[in-house]
Amino acid sequence: MPQPLERPTMDKTNDFVVKFANVNGSGSASANQLFAKAVLRMGVPVASRNIFPSNIQGLPTWYEVRVSEAGHRGRRGGVDLMVAMNPQTWDRDVAEMEPGGYLLYDSTKPLPPSRFRDDVTVIGVPLTALCNAEYADPRQRQLFKNILYVGVLSALLDMDVAEIERLLGEQFKGKEKLIAANVHALHLGRDHALETLQCPIGLRVKRSDAVGDRIFVDGNNAAALGCVYGGATVAAWYPITPSTSVAEAFMKHCKAFRTDPDTGKARCAIVQTEDELAAIGMVIGAAWNGARAFTATSGPGISLMQEFLGLAYFAEIPAVIIDVQRGGPSTGMPTRTQQSDLLLAAYASHGDTKHVLLFPEDPRECFDFAATALDLADRLQTPVFVMTDLDIGMNDWLCEPFVWDDSRRMDRGKVMTAEELEAGADFGRYKDVDGDGIPWRTYPGTHPTKGAYFTRGTSRDPYARYTEEGSVYVDNMQRLLRKFATAAQLVPAAVPRPARQPTRVGVIHYGSTAPAMQEALGMLDGQGLHVDALRVRAFPFGDEVIDFVERHDTVFVVEQNRDAQLRTLLVNEGAVDPAKLVPVLHYDGTPITARFIAGDIAGKLSALTIVPLRKALP
Amino acid sequence: MTYLKPHFRNPALPSNALGYTRRDYEGAVSTLCAGCGHDSISAAIVQACFELDLPPHRLAKLSGIGCSSKTPTYFLGASHGFNSVHGRMPSVLTGANLANRDLVYLGVSGDGDSASIGLGQFVHAMRRGVNMLYIVENNGVYGLTKGQFSATADKGSKSKKGAVNPDDPIDLVSLALQMGATFVGRGFSGDKAQLVPLIKAALRHRGVAFLDVLSPCVTFNNHPGSTKSYDYVREHNAVFNRPDVVPHREAITADSAPGELVTVTLHDGSVVRLRPVAGDHDVHDRIAAMNHLAERQAEGEIVTGLLYVDPDAGDLHDRLNTVDTPLNRLNDAELCPGAATLARVNAALR
Ligand SMILES: Cc1ncc(C[n+]2csc(CCOP(=O)(O)OP(=O)(O)O)c2C)c(N)n1
Ligand code: SF4
Ligand SMILES: [Mg+2]
Repeated sequence: MPQPLERPTMDKTNDFVVKFANVNGSGSASANQLFAKAVLRMGVPVASRNIFPSNIQGLPTWYEVRVSEAGHRGRRGGVDLMVAMNPQTWDRDVAEMEPGGYLLYDSTKPLPPSRFRDDVTVIGVPLTALCNAEYADPRQRQLFKNILYVGVLSALLDMDVAEIERLLGEQFKGKEKLIAANVHALHLGRDHALETLQCPIGLRVKRSDAVGDRIFVDGNNAAALGCVYGGATVAAWYPITPSTSVAEAFMKHCKAFRTDPDTGKARCAIVQTEDELAAIGMVIGAAWNGARAFTATSGPGISLMQEFLGLAYFAEIPAVIIDVQRGGPSTGMPTRTQQSDLLLAAYASHGDTKHVLLFPEDPRECFDFAATALDLADRLQTPVFVMTDLDIGMNDWLCEPFVWDDSRRMDRGKVMTAEELEAGADFGRYKDVDGDGIPWRTYPGTHPTKGAYFTRGTSRDPYARYTEEGSVYVDNMQRLLRKFATAAQLVPAAVPRPARQPTRVGVIHYGSTAPAMQEALGMLDGQGLHVDALRVRAFPFGDEVIDFVERHDTVFVVEQNRDAQLRTLLVNEGAVDPAKLVPVLHYDGTPITARFIAGDIAGKLSALTIVPLRKALP
Repeated sequence: MTYLKPHFRNPALPSNALGYTRRDYEGAVSTLCAGCGHDSISAAIVQACFELDLPPHRLAKLSGIGCSSKTPTYFLGASHGFNSVHGRMPSVLTGANLANRDLVYLGVSGDGDSASIGLGQFVHAMRRGVNMLYIVENNGVYGLTKGQFSATADKGSKSKKGAVNPDDPIDLVSLALQMGATFVGRGFSGDKAQLVPLIKAALRHRGVAFLDVLSPCVTFNNHPGSTKSYDYVREHNAVFNRPDVVPHREAITADSAPGELVTVTLHDGSVVRLRPVAGDHDVHDRIAAMNHLAERQAEGEIVTGLLYVDPDAGDLHDRLNTVDTPLNRLNDAELCPGAATLARVNAALR
């Protein structure tokens, strides 16, 4: 006789949040991902996020899946169904739930009623007991317990179990025994739920066609693929969370796409270095010698690269640095997300330096911008940072499929050939021939007698001859500024999203804030609050960014850091009125949510209308 | 200021097999102190490259920071050069080598640059087997910052101002042997007859070649009490052997007094003939080289010569199994998998 569920108070189809609370190292990750992918295969968009500790085994870890037919990719906040598999975090997990939500737990060991909440529906399944009865091997008991709860969920949420079976078939292709064992465990859980629980509950996944041709991929994988498509041949890196999987994915892609079919040799060189100094040193050496090179790291690595970055800026050597940002400062929160390296990267190194930064909004743009960064670095002969973060880098995101135009060619920038030198072209390594601040260069070994020059971080004249003459130094620094102005025209332009009605209120955001921002704009609009949005995609800022600030009385700048770092760059480099720029800051290490942004902006707007913003004194 | 020498071709000057004269291998006029050991090493590099018939533009010269690291400006003016940052030449050179395996790479560094700030990069370059000649111009002090002890300064040696160095020295030759360098030797800037062939053999070696060259700093470390002065090095020089390099195109003549000479055939077929002076360990034996070095060092002697060579050593490119074409010459078609492949990648991500 099915046990009736108590207090079913929610009724949501294709629009709810499931959170899995697990113990790190228990093998739950692939089961949780299986669940998310099964929802996707039913044509319903999901947004998934890992929340994990800096630990290999034993500490708590969470996986949040937002099921959203409307396609919201940001975190919503709150949890409708908690899969509470970690006794350590029980209390806080239960507390985080929305009223009327569902709590699925392992009821093998009974818990006193005091550990539950009155306003949520409790679903007990004796997962451990079921596994212990079925499996003798402790490892199997652990692993299949995860598949078991996926089976339970498939029943509770009325999912198409055939999709899960298909996914298992793809995952274990060629290992028929494993497929059968997993499918068995899946049905063990599913059947138990169907027999003993009232299925489905008030949350349901209903087949739809809202996914389209979108792909489900993490940003690190995408950035690595972008480096392959963009023609990078040298990668030098030092392991650091959350960037490590960029290099690992690059290795994987190179094995697939860069192996010479005839010789089996590699059309790339990947070196795991002794530290980040060596990593950036190798990138600079390789790029100086005409290869496309990149490194992937996080804040602490960028800190170590400072001296070299100044050299690359001043000696004008291309370099691509993928910075997968994490919580700082120091080792900070290594497994949590932030956008807190902007100033570190923008002004990296000693002396007067400024660097080009790109801000991808999702894995699709990680792919695009990695390839773009390789072109820009060559074109501008300077370091270019791809500023992604843990949220984009290490989570699977649903995004537009990758696109490549086969007629596209690498832009190697201004490189003088042996023929041009032979024909008598005047070669001055640091000479601004074209008025855009970008000089010409030669690769070593080009011509027997012409075009050789000496690269140094110390001051030199337009013909690369050592000099400490003040006026020559100043001319060169001015040329570098011209080059930076050229960069502002070449980087990806900001993307506007105007409000439905003309408004004097704007919001600027960038990077992984985009999905939460999109949703927040909808929420604000619903409250009658009209806000023009601008998604900044690069530094230096194009004119469109400064114009946007000028066209509005108040501009919120939404960021995932404490110090309003993009706002600082806008004030520093954009010469805009600082009083106009109101920071909206989220920096607890979890990805920013739509609720937070909408709430903060709505609150600040109501305060602004009561007390009108005073103009800055002249 | 850099002074450029007036350049004219004197038909009377002897030229090498490529038609270059010695002058084609020179660089700008040195701005180092008169008598600085580093200038003699630059001259030895010029001589070695001239004699090896190396096309100057096919060599890339890289350095760190220091008086020694300035010297690449003063030789091989037709080569691309890179004066990088303090202690980090090895990584920049490694990257350059990865980009184009076809050039000859010469890394020039100082004892401060390699044994103090850059020790990490030094050992990792040795163990990675980057195909290059790595020269440390060793004077036991920081010349450019005016005479502080470096990490190769001997314990108990005196600075010009009278301070006594309390710390044990780092011996880069021992370290290079231990870290897997496949060609290891030591020279003395005051002994060109030994140094030029050492450089020639090292440039011909495939894999990582390391030369520690004692190079007295006349301004800050050439006084009594210093163990890196001209006098001290001359007095304590325990010459292990004197090499002589025969290019592969020259047949080895019969009058080369067999028995006395040890010959090593390098990767490219050129032959190094070694005339033993003091000591008789097998130069192919790394452990024997380390023992010999340790024994002579314990006696306070400075061992010079070619101490160890593995003529069949591979390099970093072998380990990474990179294609024969230099990576910097691969084109779009060779690098970009294209749209059709991307469609398959997309399909696998759904
Ligand atoms: C990061 C950094 N720290 C310190 C210096 C200052 N500095 C320049 S050269 C040098 C020492 C060079 O000594 P060595 O490598 O032995 O060269 P030498 O001048 O003796 O030939 C130092 C400490 C620097 N250039 N960069
Ligand atoms: S200070 Fe010493 S090392 Fe530097 S140039 Fe003068 S003699 Fe040479
Ligand atoms: Mg020195």
